[in-house]
Amino acid sequence: MMNAANTIPIDAQLEPPWVLPSRGTVGMACLIVAEAAIFIIFFVSYVFYLGKSLTGPYPAQVLKLPIFGTVCLLSSSFTVHFAVSALRRNNLRNCAIGLASTVLLGSLFLLGTAWEWYHLIHDDGLTIRTNLFGTTFYSLVGLHATHVLVGLIMLSIALGISLAGRMKEAHSERLEVLSLYWHFVDGIWVAVFLVVYVIGR
Amino acid sequence: MADSTPVMEGIDHSLAVKRPRLEVIYEWITTVDHKKIGLMYVGYALLFLVIGGFEALLMRIQLAVPNNHFVSPEVFNRLFTMHGTTMVFFMGMPMLFGFGNYLVPLMIGARDMAFPRLNAFSFWISAFGGLLLYFSYFGGSGLYGAGSAPDVGWFAYAPLTAKAFSPGHSTDYWTLAVFLSGIGSIGTALNIVTTIICMRCKGMKMSRLPLLVWLYLVMSSMVFIAVGPLTAAQIMLTLDRYVGSHFFDTQAGGSAVLWMHYFWIFGHPEVYILVLPAFAFINEIVPVFSRKAIFGYPAMVAASIAIGFISLSVWAHHMFTVGLGPAGNTFFVFATMVISVPTGIKIFNWLATIWGGSIHFAVPMMFCIGFLFQFLIAGLTGIMLSVAPFDWQLSASYFVVAHFHYVLVGAIVFALFGAFYYWYPKVTGRMMSETLGKWHFWLFLIGFHLTFDFMHVPGLLGMPRRIYTYEAGRGWEGWNLIVSIGAIFQVAGIACFVFNLVRSYFRGKIADHDPWDAWTLEWATSSPPPSYNFAIEPTVHSRRPLWDLKHPEDPDSDYE
Amino acid sequence: MTKSFRQIAFISALPFRSAAWWVFLFAGTARAKSPTNIFDPAGTPAHSIVGLSMLVFSVTAAIFLIVGGLLLYALLRFRHRPGDSPREPAQIYGSNQIELAWTIIPILIVVMLFLTTTRVIFITESIPKPARALDVTVIGHQFWWEYRYPGFGVVTANELHVPISDPANPRPTYLKMSSADVTHSFWVPRLAGKMDVIPNRVNTMWIDPQVPGIYLGQCAQYCGTQHAKMLLRVYAQSPEDFAAWIKQQQKPANQDFTGNPVAAEGQTVFLHNACINCHTVAGTVATGHFGPDLTHLASRDTLASGSIQNTPDNLRKWIDDPSSMKPGALMPPMHLNDHDLDAITAYLTTLH
Repeated sequence: MMNAANTIPIDAQLEPPWVLPSRGTVGMACLIVAEAAIFIIFFVSYVFYLGKSLTGPYPAQVLKLPIFGTVCLLSSSFTVHFAVSALRRNNLRNCAIGLASTVLLGSLFLLGTAWEWYHLIHDDGLTIRTNLFGTTFYSLVGLHATHVLVGLIMLSIALGISLAGRMKEAHSERLEVLSLYWHFVDGIWVAVFLVVYVIGR
Repeated sequence: MADSTPVMEGIDHSLAVKRPRLEVIYEWITTVDHKKIGLMYVGYALLFLVIGGFEALLMRIQLAVPNNHFVSPEVFNRLFTMHGTTMVFFMGMPMLFGFGNYLVPLMIGARDMAFPRLNAFSFWISAFGGLLLYFSYFGGSGLYGAGSAPDVGWFAYAPLTAKAFSPGHSTDYWTLAVFLSGIGSIGTALNIVTTIICMRCKGMKMSRLPLLVWLYLVMSSMVFIAVGPLTAAQIMLTLDRYVGSHFFDTQAGGSAVLWMHYFWIFGHPEVYILVLPAFAFINEIVPVFSRKAIFGYPAMVAASIAIGFISLSVWAHHMFTVGLGPAGNTFFVFATMVISVPTGIKIFNWLATIWGGSIHFAVPMMFCIGFLFQFLIAGLTGIMLSVAPFDWQLSASYFVVAHFHYVLVGAIVFALFGAFYYWYPKVTGRMMSETLGKWHFWLFLIGFHLTFDFMHVPGLLGMPRRIYTYEAGRGWEGWNLIVSIGAIFQVAGIACFVFNLVRSYFRGKIADHDPWDAWTLEWATSSPPPSYNFAIEPTVHSRRPLWDLKHPEDPDSDYE
Repeated sequence: MTKSFRQIAFISALPFRSAAWWVFLFAGTARAKSPTNIFDPAGTPAHSIVGLSMLVFSVTAAIFLIVGGLLLYALLRFRHRPGDSPREPAQIYGSNQIELAWTIIPILIVVMLFLTTTRVIFITESIPKPARALDVTVIGHQFWWEYRYPGFGVVTANELHVPISDPANPRPTYLKMSSADVTHSFWVPRLAGKMDVIPNRVNTMWIDPQVPGIYLGQCAQYCGTQHAKMLLRVYAQSPEDFAAWIKQQQKPANQDFTGNPVAAEGQTVFLHNACINCHTVAGTVATGHFGPDLTHLASRDTLASGSIQNTPDNLRKWIDDPSSMKPGALMPPMHLNDHDLDAITAYLTTLH
């Protein structure tokens, strides 16, 4: 029978207020660690096989700095941050603008990657099976691009909800969790840029 | 024993309406309740325990005498691959995640896991992975009839797994099944970590977490770091096999050793992921049956975290024979030896918990005692293996097989059996039979020691592993026969266990909410718990909330 | 250089030989009549491993006896007896001094073990190579071993002949190893620890048997269907016997079939069949590299990498259908008629 009130003392006054971190943030942090572990192995493969390809083409010959794509992707981190702050201040219009800009910039990045790959395949003859450089380059950049794509899909859904007028201030924490994922994807790109395009060449 | 704890809410089950079978099945398939998902994980793992055990039995029959013809080499090679893959990914992981799923929310006073739907998804995708692995027996045919179940060993070394050496799809079934299991593992681990950090009841500071919860926290954190490398390596392997990439293609300058590194960067933490929950069970059961608080709680937490970290740095002790060079070998010798320090601390703490207590030899405690002796021995043979030159002889021999089965069976499975007997009353509301439990224990203990003690000897006499038969005259015959005979006793023990599980569900003595006079929160609710776990969120003031309630004159909160 | 090699090898074993009596704690093992017993070393690497292992075993045995003994004592002394007081025992939460002690002592044990281990690692792996050392190239195949002696121009398979090494004047054999296909491992327990044989990678190890005889082992890394039958046979011979063996192996294949017309016909059949695509017979058009070199096949004791006795009967059965004797062997059945089979068998048995 219910005699819980007598047996489990609730003296909340003696203890400080019980505040725990938000689930979404912790969950996303865990996911980011797990994904980072996967990416690190692809980075290791890339670095390990630098200089070991038996035949060309070689990185210095065919890689050009992807300035345009990088600027787009890194700016998109600012726009998504802008969208989250706007939503927190209940500025629904700015939130939609921020999300739309993020999706646009992300898509431009993907288009830039596609353009780069087209030239690598058709003009330079570099495919995933050409040599070790091809193998490790396409797999690493491709894995990243896949994550960008997944992020864009999620952001587009958020944009759709926002444009339909159904995004509220109460959702700001969820949007922030999504933005964490997007920042992670950007962070990976910074690493790719440095390892593949700067150091690796 | 002290006064029993007042129950939070009594439930009158006689009022329950008998529901149609289909409705019950539908409820289980669509459930997001952590308790039901936990039970599905455990049931699933039990099924694979029996299947994997059967595979082992067939292998032992083949190896009982030299030049035996019980199974062909192809079948034997599939058996050891499937046995290892099944036991690690479809028995060990689901079983331990099942217990974690059931117990963690209850022990922290929470209503469910942080992400119930992710929980269900993780279970079903792991389950699908297991089915896919076994479907390979039917669906794996490929070129030249060289298909069927995978036969590349559970660690699937390159380039044996390349398309050239493993035509057909058998390797792909391995890759995909384990890949899906990995996704499920990451999902559940994510859930466990988030639940522990974000859903503790009032007053349950991190320093008051039950040690089981701490260990699941560390284990789940390790899953994030360890499973990724395997997933990445499997993506690379599949790209090699289908798209023509060269990650592990030695003809194109690729490296076979790279696969080994990636696999063992996963593989070594994986075995600690498997053993940490075993420690968790011991940490809960031994104090209760010694009637003493665990000795050195802060050191136990620190040791667990240390083991978690250090285990990420020891992987190449599986590669001492690869030719890493003296500097590389020396580093990994050091890291592996260092991990014995926190592990030893745990054993000493358990010894100190028992010391000065009042030991009750109920069946759960008997299994824990088996664990203590056997884990000690397993750790010591591990130290032998950490000595790289000694490992140059022992690696890839039956000594290693004996060592890791000593940990996996002697430590982890024994701890699991203890956990089953201990928490069965909570889950079902009935006690398991002590008599059958004792039969189970002694039969399995005899079988375990016959098999795995004597298995060390052929290794020392030069018998490598993964051989479908061996030459007579090498001095291995008698030992292998004894090893095989032990398997029969283990089968008998498991049979007792399964019978006990089923029979007790219908005929077991009714258990009240706290049959063992224990001290953690799961014993404060009814047996079985209601779907919402606790009617009112509990507030705790120490590590053993029920001890405080039972001993208001001498609560733990005075000492911590 | 050779002197320092000898000195280092000797000194490394000295402190550990004195502990050799511990070996009999492994009751069945040391006295076991096993040709592959790691505790029956016949070469310096194996000796130094045994010495180190005795130390490790002593330490771990001591730990087991102490901790296990305390555990057993605790279980007996503190068990609950029916007449015991119903009060709970004293709850002890910890003790800083005790916990510090059992942290420090294991650390010291670990440091000691680590230093002794490191010494043996460096002795085995970094020892300078004597000028007299014999070089052999080992190539692992699915499921046989190829041996090349670059200094002598000899290529053979499955039976590794080496000269014995006199500790006073060492002549170890240095094995440079790689694989033609998947990963294997070279393990002859009485001579040395194992070393993996990996494609696209060269690993080196050395052996120095001191007593003539045959030393057995087998592949120790799962390499496919017939991993179990990829056996190793190391023939340690006196310097004279070894020199004679080398001389014989250097000769091209036997072409003298006087009084043996069947064998002569066999040579013709052999050279007109697919055999020559996979096998080499020195001095003929057979120059295949996929399978073992057959130039001196009849000088070997065994076939199929040590798993079958080399008799004409077995040879004939093998050529007819290798998978009937070693299922999964990569040599396909040759589909020869009885007459050709007899001829080829007769021919091959003349290849001494």
